Amino acid sequence: MTTPLSHIRNFSIVAHIDHGKSTLADRLIQSTHTVADRDMKNQLLDAMDIERERGITIKANTVRIDYVAQDGEHYVLNLIDTPGHVDFAYEVSRSMRAVEGSLLVVDATQGVEAQTLANVYTAIEADHEIVPVLNKIDLPAAEPERVAEQIEDVIGIDASDACLISAKTGVGIPDVLEAIVKRLPPPHSGDPDAPLKAMLVDSWYDSYLGVVVLIRVMDGVLKKGDNIRMMQTGAKYGVDKLGVFRPAMQDVKELGPGEIGFFTGSIKQVRDTRVGDTITHEKKGATTPLPGFKPSIPVVFCGLFPVDSAEFEDLRDAIEKLALNDASFSFEMETSAALGFGFRCGFLGLLHLEVIRDRIEREYDIDLITTAPSVVYHVYMKDGEMRELHNPADMPDPSKIDHIEEPRIKATILVPDEFLGDVLKLCQDRRGLQLDLTYAGSRAMAVYDLPLNEVVFDFYDRLKSVTKGYASFDYQMEGYREDNLVKMQVLVNDEPVDALSTMVHRDRAETRGRAMCEKLKDLIPRQMFKIPIQAAIGGKVIARETLSALRKDVTAKCYGGDATRKKKLLEKQKAGKKKMRQFGKVDIPQEAFISALKMDG
Amino acid sequence: MAEDWRAGGFGLYVHWPFCEAKCPYCDFNSHVVQGVDQDRWAAALAREVGRVAETTKGRVLGSIFFGGGTPSLMLPETVARVLDAARQSWIWANDIEITLEANPRSVEAGRFRAHAAAGVNRVSLGVQALRDADLKRLGRLHDVREARAALDVARDVFSRVSADLIYARQDQSLTDWEAELQAFLDLGLDHLSLYQLTLEPGTAFWDRAQAGGLRGLPEEDLAADLFELTQEMCDAAGYRAYEVSNHARDGAESRHNLVYWRYGDWAGIGPGAHGRLTQDGLRHATEAWSMPMRWLEAAEAGSGDRRLERLTARDMAGEYLMMGLRLTEGIEVARARGLCDAALPERDLEDLLDFGLIWQADGRIGTTPRGRLMLNRVVARLMPGD
Ligand SMILES: Nc1nc2c(ncn2[C@@H]2O[C@H](COP(=O)(O)OP(=O)(O)OP(=O)(O)O)[C@@H](O)[C@H]2O)c(=O)[nH]1
Ligand SMILES: C[S@@+](CC[C@H](N)C(=O)[O-])C[C@H]1O[C@@H](n2cnc3c(N)ncnc32)[C@H](O)[C@@H]1O
Ligand code: SF4
Ligand SMILES: [Mg+2]
Repeated sequence: MTTPLSHIRNFSIVAHIDHGKSTLADRLIQSTHTVADRDMKNQLLDAMDIERERGITIKANTVRIDYVAQDGEHYVLNLIDTPGHVDFAYEVSRSMRAVEGSLLVVDATQGVEAQTLANVYTAIEADHEIVPVLNKIDLPAAEPERVAEQIEDVIGIDASDACLISAKTGVGIPDVLEAIVKRLPPPHSGDPDAPLKAMLVDSWYDSYLGVVVLIRVMDGVLKKGDNIRMMQTGAKYGVDKLGVFRPAMQDVKELGPGEIGFFTGSIKQVRDTRVGDTITHEKKGATTPLPGFKPSIPVVFCGLFPVDSAEFEDLRDAIEKLALNDASFSFEMETSAALGFGFRCGFLGLLHLEVIRDRIEREYDIDLITTAPSVVYHVYMKDGEMRELHNPADMPDPSKIDHIEEPRIKATILVPDEFLGDVLKLCQDRRGLQLDLTYAGSRAMAVYDLPLNEVVFDFYDRLKSVTKGYASFDYQMEGYREDNLVKMQVLVNDEPVDALSTMVHRDRAETRGRAMCEKLKDLIPRQMFKIPIQAAIGGKVIARETLSALRKDVTAKCYGGDATRKKKLLEKQKAGKKKMRQFGKVDIPQEAFISALKMDG
Repeated sequence: MAEDWRAGGFGLYVHWPFCEAKCPYCDFNSHVVQGVDQDRWAAALAREVGRVAETTKGRVLGSIFFGGGTPSLMLPETVARVLDAARQSWIWANDIEITLEANPRSVEAGRFRAHAAAGVNRVSLGVQALRDADLKRLGRLHDVREARAALDVARDVFSRVSADLIYARQDQSLTDWEAELQAFLDLGLDHLSLYQLTLEPGTAFWDRAQAGGLRGLPEEDLAADLFELTQEMCDAAGYRAYEVSNHARDGAESRHNLVYWRYGDWAGIGPGAHGRLTQDGLRHATEAWSMPMRWLEAAEAGSGDRRLERLTARDMAGEYLMMGLRLTEGIEVARARGLCDAALPERDLEDLLDFGLIWQADGRIGTTPRGRLMLNRVVARLMPGD
């Protein structure tokens, strides 16, 4: 028995990071008795280790709730808790496509922040009804009236009947439930008798069930045992298990129009389940697919290599499984003289990169080396061809290059007045061009055109530190622009080390080069001869350090009684050499690369 | 074909594991014990000499070395009984070298004449420093005056006298060492062992350094400068460096220690002693029990050894390289490769020649002065890997 459309409400909970989405989800789950009190814990939906450790949501999560409203009717609510961090904006926009409305949570002590704005725009684009929810009113610093005004001024949506709540204490939750039923629309249309059309919202790998597929049914009814077809990929499967999340998996016999749930079906091929695809019945299926999603485009690339080269195949397996879990993560094989075999991976941002790396290390127990992150450059050749450069090591011969363009972003920064000067300076230093500067109360909103390359390194950290954490930041890709960009190589003993090549702006090359050479000088152990460490641009050395030769490594005393023990020590020394990477005659311990590539520098 | 050990000769090492006090830098098998029953020890050592001789019948013995510990604490009778046993076991070379390690104190100096009468013809005196403050820091029981007096007696009694010095000490500058070494050279002995202070695990110095103490030890550059200065001064005074830390007038090299470095065979007896013995054409490593009483009882029961191990081709080549490259004369390429063909990989040889760390001539290779300071690296490169 499927639920009538009029009694279904599908919505996402969106907000700036940490404004309380997951906590609100907790209260909605709890007050509707979806989960027994004894099984309840804070941010119940943030189930991954990294989510719990960092206290943030990374993956969107769906829960089905049964709610008997004040009108006495029984409603089915499907909520999607979304992540707040800018890197996961794609996850939010995708989730929004599966639902009809959004709860816009705003922390009443913080007000409108950069992702609040970004989320509202995405929600409007998805044709959502929006219910503003002012959270954390239990805190003395909460200013719900002022924040409501700000929502109206800055965002331009009516906040006069915003819900005032404390997701922590539970105040106002009944109002939120009523607002969901009364103010958010039911699914727009949906014909149970039409051919099946279900949207593939997400998929992930579960070690017990294999691939799990999250769907939203638009038309038709999907039943356990049905044979289905993915319209884009053409893959066909039988539905083994059909269910909903409460938030634990609960089997159902069928899913009808407007409903959200999952199925499994012994899916082996990772690439068969593409988010945004349309699922239909194998026989008498739909003929036109749903519009699908805008594909996500990875903007930051880096190499991931196993520290122990024997773990390469394990790494491949881990990456394939994670890619399934995360549609916005891309990868291809890469080899490096310094680091051996690995993968060049694309991410939506640095946090995304960190999360994936963390998950590989923990969930699959593989130690990784991460190379310096790089953005995608457009290299225009003299013959008119344009090449996408994902890895500085692949830079073509400079004499054949006409010019290079780099990706630019439009960054929106909201910051209290007192820190504005520092923020403007930071943007300036990062080659930013100011597009707009406006004020909303005591907060400034600065809009900058910035090179993505300057942002991926440590912009976010710098921004946090110069504003003591009071600034918020959001960005979107703006396209490409030409600039004076060069590939900086690092040479150790006159041999280029590919893993350390980076693209830099010509004006900053010397500074970067000097810093890298100094760092390497400290990291590479002294050898039997002196070693020049250089940074160079197309054969021209721009920075240089010399690692002096090791002078002394000799045992003062060695007689007949010492032979056995001393020989063991030398054997150890010899064996240690095997763990080194050889560059010409120089042995560099892998740790040196790992440290040189640490992103903190 | 002659057995490999013949290229290095055959010697006997006798370990005396007792000292009057434990020095804070020392990791030798030495113990401070009251009332050692020397009669019983003499019998056990002599018996061990006999046991080892059974497996090396008919060999010519080129040297005997009493090491420690402090073998100058052995009563002359004890020394004599061990020498008697050795005399009965092997044919002695005409010019056999019999060395006794001695601490330069008056007690011991008083026995030198009797030691000489027992057959000792060379002493090696642990002078360690010619500065009273440094001798104190090194935990030594003697002062400079006493050491000089002991040296005088030794030179009177023995035809050959060597002395040990430890340098690269705390707060020692180049000029400090230059003056001290000059004074040492001026003594006109025929052999000098000059060791840079080494922190060995398990010693009091090691623990102190781990805890952040023992400051003022030289950094690598100063240590290298000190070493180079030592080579220059010794050369200028006619004491050629024939090994990393050993300098001698021509012909005054320690013949016994050359057995180790030229990778000959040696019998090792006494607590903790190691030996290398070729039996039935195969080289073996022997090791005796370290704890004195444990050894004594084992020796009395038939054998003081706790281990007898056949050395592999890799072991032998590795040991030959490690020992032989300590010598200025270097090693024989064909001998090393004959022991194990994975020794001296051609590519590494070329690299090291390129770096100027080794020389190659007349079928031999050896370290250059710069290479000698980097000996551990050189050997690690050249020994057979696994
Ligand atoms: N005092 C108070 N704290 C709250 C309230 N709601 C949430 N918090 C706290 O705010 C922090 C962030 O809450 P989350 O629910 O994880 O926020 P989120 O929006 O899901 O965060 P992301 O998923 O990382 O974007 C937590 O420490 C919560 O305990 C509230 O109503 N009052
Ligand atoms: C077997 S030891 C002891 C001989 C005798 N008991 C003595 O102390 O003079 C021989 C020499 O090794 C040297 N030696 C011992 N430990 C050392 C260390 N940690 N660093 C450098 N040389 C050391 C000393 O010069 C010592 O004289
Ligand atoms: S250095 Fe010599 S005297 Fe000092 S404990 Fe060691 S063996 Fe004994
Ligand atoms: Mg959350």
